[in-house]
Amino acid sequence: MLKYSIKRLLQSLFTLFIIVTIVFLLMRLLPEEGYFGASYEKLDEQQREAILTSMGLRDPIHKQLVNFYKNILTGNLGQSITFRPKVPVIDIIKDKVPYSLYFGLAAIGMSLSVGVTLGIAMAKNKNKFWDRFGTGYVVFIRAVPAAVYFLFLQLYITGIFKLPMLFDIDKPKTWILPVISMSLGGIASYAMWMRRYMVDELNKDYVKLARAKGLKSKSIMVKHIFRNAFVPMAQYLPASILFTIAGSIYIESLYSIPGMGGLLVEVIKRQDNTLVQALVLIYSSIGIVGLFLGDLLMAIFDPRINLDKKGGAR
Amino acid sequence: MGKGAVNKLTEVISNDLFQFAEYNEAEAKRGGYSNYSYWRSTWQVFIQNKVAVFLLTLMALLLIFTMIQPYLPNQKVPTEIHINPDTKLPLSNNPPDSEFLFGTNSIGQDLWSRIWSGARTSLLIGLIVGVWEAVIGITIGAMWGYIPWLDRPITEIYNVINNIPKTIILVLMTYIMKPSLYTMIIAMGLTSWIDMARFVRNLTVIIRDREYNLASKCLGTPTKRIITKNLLPYLVSVIMLSIALSIPQTIGYEVFLTYIGLGLPVSIPSLGNLINEGRLLMMAPTQRYQLIFPSIIISIITISFYMMGNVFSDAADPKNHV
Repeated sequence: MLKYSIKRLLQSLFTLFIIVTIVFLLMRLLPEEGYFGASYEKLDEQQREAILTSMGLRDPIHKQLVNFYKNILTGNLGQSITFRPKVPVIDIIKDKVPYSLYFGLAAIGMSLSVGVTLGIAMAKNKNKFWDRFGTGYVVFIRAVPAAVYFLFLQLYITGIFKLPMLFDIDKPKTWILPVISMSLGGIASYAMWMRRYMVDELNKDYVKLARAKGLKSKSIMVKHIFRNAFVPMAQYLPASILFTIAGSIYIESLYSIPGMGGLLVEVIKRQDNTLVQALVLIYSSIGIVGLFLGDLLMAIFDPRINLDKKGGAR
Repeated sequence: MGKGAVNKLTEVISNDLFQFAEYNEAEAKRGGYSNYSYWRSTWQVFIQNKVAVFLLTLMALLLIFTMIQPYLPNQKVPTEIHINPDTKLPLSNNPPDSEFLFGTNSIGQDLWSRIWSGARTSLLIGLIVGVWEAVIGITIGAMWGYIPWLDRPITEIYNVINNIPKTIILVLMTYIMKPSLYTMIIAMGLTSWIDMARFVRNLTVIIRDREYNLASKCLGTPTKRIITKNLLPYLVSVIMLSIALSIPQTIGYEVFLTYIGLGLPVSIPSLGNLINEGRLLMMAPTQRYQLIFPSIIISIITISFYMMGNVFSDAADPKNHV
């Protein structure tokens, strides 16, 4: 297992290198007007050149790339160039991450507990009330664009329960609605997959054997079916926990939460190369590590999964 | 067995039972003939579901209506700015009345015609991207899953493409080309197939080593034929579901792109930018209709496609056929 993990993480380093290099080059393909935003027209050619040189954009590309990697290896992610000029990237990120992290973790906790419970209830009462109710909910959430129902939630629920519309760090009440809105999608997908896998497991032979042995229905559900049904879902869990730091673009802008949501989009549009590169580096590492941890978690839940064996069934 | 019975047998056995039979196609077919047809059975199971038939009719009517709407009498041009005859100012934020069925927006354009024109744009994007995604995603996904030596390279390519933020590609595209309907379609098409490919790949990996495929391989069936005749028919139901889902997803994605400011320009109405325009006005209760009408249309379209896709994929599974 250890050997497998090391090999896989080393391979990921190479993938990471390619991703960051491609993003680095793509950012250099963008036109230079983008670096100036609205002030482009006001500057003359000389001033523009001076600014570009000070941003380090006049160095040859290979030199910029080598500098960038040298800095990363010493743990320096560089300074922001257009978003908040001369501020170290790490400080900008450090200020924003906690908000996204707390909201994200709360939302995951809520979607896991409610979603899995709903999924189990749906599987147990197949084609009865809870199943229909859950299916209706899943259809609604998956089919209506999030931008729309988030907005209506904010609009009407705040009115009904007299909750404030905007986020304020000192008022615990303002945390409720963003967390609920954020977890709605997660609840739907956990419930949907939980139901699917539970229903598939319910008809298997080992369940019949357990019944024949006289085990209580509840303990079959919890100890046998749930454990097996949760295996395919375990794959996605670590990545979704790690990705909470990326924040939610809709929710954070709706409730004015100063988190990470939308930061990547914003800095890409403003062509803040260093910040984009740093964020891509962070997010792709999370993605790769999340996938790897997901595999490990699957192997823990289901001891039959052997990651060391080469090529699987083939 | 008595002697009489043996005699009887020898009488029955005649020489012509030992003649070689000529191959007769009609005869051969008669034995194994059944009037089962896959697509007809799928259709029969599908139309048994009343909700699905209702939604199908609704979608058909909606599609026809969006097509012919501009040619109906008394329709306004979606980009025309209407002027208030008394004040000579644009007729902005006019609430719904008999003249403007859905009211007007903040610069005095007719929302009724903008919504239908927007639905036309969004459905067009959804359909083209959905079909494209299916064709490319399934082709690459099936090869990725079935051909062993392609697995490692495509997995690495997948990792790379999947981790490059799509926003960078979209921003680049809008710089290279002007923001238009086709930029949007190309930009979405460039990145959207990768999820479908991974989905098909996982399913292919699960069924590729079943006995019938090994048998087929031993008999020397070419890879292309194994993929198209042995693997893909098994996946029809799930693939249908994901195509049906990709249309609402594309519309949702378009709303998202407009939200982050990379969508279509306001001069080309789409459900995305109508919702975005409406969002800005939602704090004023009297103007909330500008968000509610496009939201209702978008919800009807997406829920219908989602439900129909679900029912259709159940119906496409031969186990559910009579």
